[in-house]
Amino acid sequence: MSKRFVSIWFRHLTTDWLTRRRPELKDVPFVFAAPERGRMVVKAVNPIAAASGISTGMVVADGRAILPSLQVFDDQHGKDITLLTALAEWCIRYTPIAAIDPPDGLILDASGCTHLWEGEVPYLKDLLGRLKAFGYTVRPGMADTVGCAWAIARYGHLNPVIEPGGQVEALKLLPPAALRLDTATTDRLEKLGLTEIGKFMTMPRSALRRRFGQTLLSQLDKALGQEIEMLTPVKPIEAFLERLPSLEPVRTATAIEYALRELLDKLCKRLTAEEKGLRKAVFKCYRIDNIIQSIDIGTARASRNAAHLFKLFEIKIGQIMPALGIELFVLEAPVVEPLSSNQEAIWNFSYNRQKELAELLDRIAVKVGMHTIHRYLPDEHHWPERSYKEAKSLEEEATTTWQSELPRPVHLLRDPELIDVTVAMPDYPPILFKHKGNLHRIKKADGPERIEQEWWIEQGLYRDYYCVEDEKGARYWVFRLGHYRSHEPKWFIHGFFA
Amino acid sequence: MTLILYKCSNHKPMERAKAIATIGSPSNKSGLIQQLQEEVFALQRFRKPKSEVSDLGLGPIAKAFPESTFPTGAVHEFISYQTPNAAATSGFMIALAGRLMQQHGSCLWISTRRTLYPPSLKQYGIDAARVICIDLAKQKDVLWAVEEALKCQSLTLVIGELSEISFNDSRRLQLAVEQSNVTGLLHRYNPRSENTLACAARWKIASLASDHPTLPGVGFSRWHVELSKVRNGRPSAWDIEWSKQGFQHLSPQEVATEIQTRKTA
Repeated sequence: MSKRFVSIWFRHLTTDWLTRRRPELKDVPFVFAAPERGRMVVKAVNPIAAASGISTGMVVADGRAILPSLQVFDDQHGKDITLLTALAEWCIRYTPIAAIDPPDGLILDASGCTHLWEGEVPYLKDLLGRLKAFGYTVRPGMADTVGCAWAIARYGHLNPVIEPGGQVEALKLLPPAALRLDTATTDRLEKLGLTEIGKFMTMPRSALRRRFGQTLLSQLDKALGQEIEMLTPVKPIEAFLERLPSLEPVRTATAIEYALRELLDKLCKRLTAEEKGLRKAVFKCYRIDNIIQSIDIGTARASRNAAHLFKLFEIKIGQIMPALGIELFVLEAPVVEPLSSNQEAIWNFSYNRQKELAELLDRIAVKVGMHTIHRYLPDEHHWPERSYKEAKSLEEEATTTWQSELPRPVHLLRDPELIDVTVAMPDYPPILFKHKGNLHRIKKADGPERIEQEWWIEQGLYRDYYCVEDEKGARYWVFRLGHYRSHEPKWFIHGFFA
Repeated sequence: MTLILYKCSNHKPMERAKAIATIGSPSNKSGLIQQLQEEVFALQRFRKPKSEVSDLGLGPIAKAFPESTFPTGAVHEFISYQTPNAAATSGFMIALAGRLMQQHGSCLWISTRRTLYPPSLKQYGIDAARVICIDLAKQKDVLWAVEEALKCQSLTLVIGELSEISFNDSRRLQLAVEQSNVTGLLHRYNPRSENTLACAARWKIASLASDHPTLPGVGFSRWHVELSKVRNGRPSAWDIEWSKQGFQHLSPQEVATEIQTRKTA
């Protein structure tokens, strides 16, 4: 089967893009400019500015002299490549092989695709219609070779579609620049009067090689189809997704479990091959009545253990309602992370311990939610409520050490509770206190330990903590908020010692 | 004795023949009893703990257990009724946990209304970063989480705070630890009834008044430790003190009161 290529030329790629983003610029002449040797040089021109005679490579000051209303925007380096790549990915709906052709074109391998649009002309019409609807100025070319399609798109006059085998005819009347040559070669060809490709196409190859080098011959061969030109197609990032259609609609839990196992095995095999592990997975069941049932799981650390992942899903399988039956199962891993297999081998022991623990926590998280799991690290604050912080992951290490010089209660109340006290003298521990209707007589006491409020975090009075023991031996952590100078301070119970 | 012999013989006919043949000579008697004792332990699913963590510094308390070693890989039950006692129980549990976890172990603390203050763990030699707290809404979930955690061999210890648990549920926990050899500590705060559980021991910890005649201030933590049920052991009670060196016993002769010995066979 003969090859067919489409070349698309975006005459005003970046400016069209900006007009599309900002429709108010539609009737305004504007250019993109970038500094070059201390001057602002025009890099891209929109059609209106181009009509006034402004071209790329011109100094912005000159452009302003021609057209005082000219607007200038900063050129974003690499923008054309990003735009082309996005457009090429979009073009995958027309062909599986789409490549970018910097700085301003796309090349599509349309072999065997056009019949879906009932012919090459409707194919091109549809493609161009959509691109034009986006707001891009485009010119197409379609031929058996990339070189010929490129030449027709940029230098062709009438028909953009060249019949199979018609490259020689088509190229004959085009200028040498249509062969994608550098300016030095084209200048030399023009100087010699070779203004059309047809004039030197039939010359002896050795003579051409001697005067213009191998490049000219190679480009000519590529355009005529005597040399194969390779394309580097853009590849969209392939999602970690597995599908399993079922022959008959499935309704039973066993069948769903079977499908899930199959999909997990496939996905984990792929993850192993690419040294990745998943952090999130979604299992979707497409029902025959067009309703999608989905369950999802998350893991504490990247995992590709099919058995473990199945266990996580197993808890939620009961949530799937098959109703009349499920015809398609899809398993997708939207979040994956690198997971090297070398690590597993070297740190086998501790790694396995960690892995097993992480898997346990995953199971708990799936059943009751991630918010229930806490792990604490020391924080550099004396204020009791702030002396620890929550760790973000299972591996996070402490940046400081736990304080152990001063006694701290085993049980701490979330909010200190108000108590009634009797105190012999200010700055002395209480003699007795009443908490929840029970009277506690204090026999022994330690303190005070003064903890100041951290004013840069929160305003408030300091606390004087006492560790007190009642007649039964129970130990409490009580504190006085503030001092006796101006008002009667309040006393609180904050914790229980072991 | 005959009962034990009978039970064993049901299990292993060869052993019975051997036992009958050797029972006559008194020199073999103690050896035989020990052998039979081991078989009884095997039937009761009691295993010798690993040597590395066998000494928890419990001193005389360890003697109440079979083989004079604190049984790891088993579920222990702690009962407390008032908040100060709950704190004392937590303290004793943490002190035990510190000894069990040593340098590398990790621990799960599963509860519904956790009041544990992480910075306090350092006093008992535990880095709080190695304790993972799981705060659940329902007691049912706590039971499920404790069971799952007890099956996880990479943990050293699981501490569960749940007040109500049925005998059958405790059997499930016991089966889980038999597989994994993880130690479980259940803290039952204000249980409705002290129902029998399939646990290795039932502890009750109460705080004791510090009683130093000369020194002012609050001293080291002191606890009245009561071991009211021990499988294959001798229930008893002690007064102990926790200092930086570990558990210290307070005049054991005076305090230790032997509670009636349960017949286990």
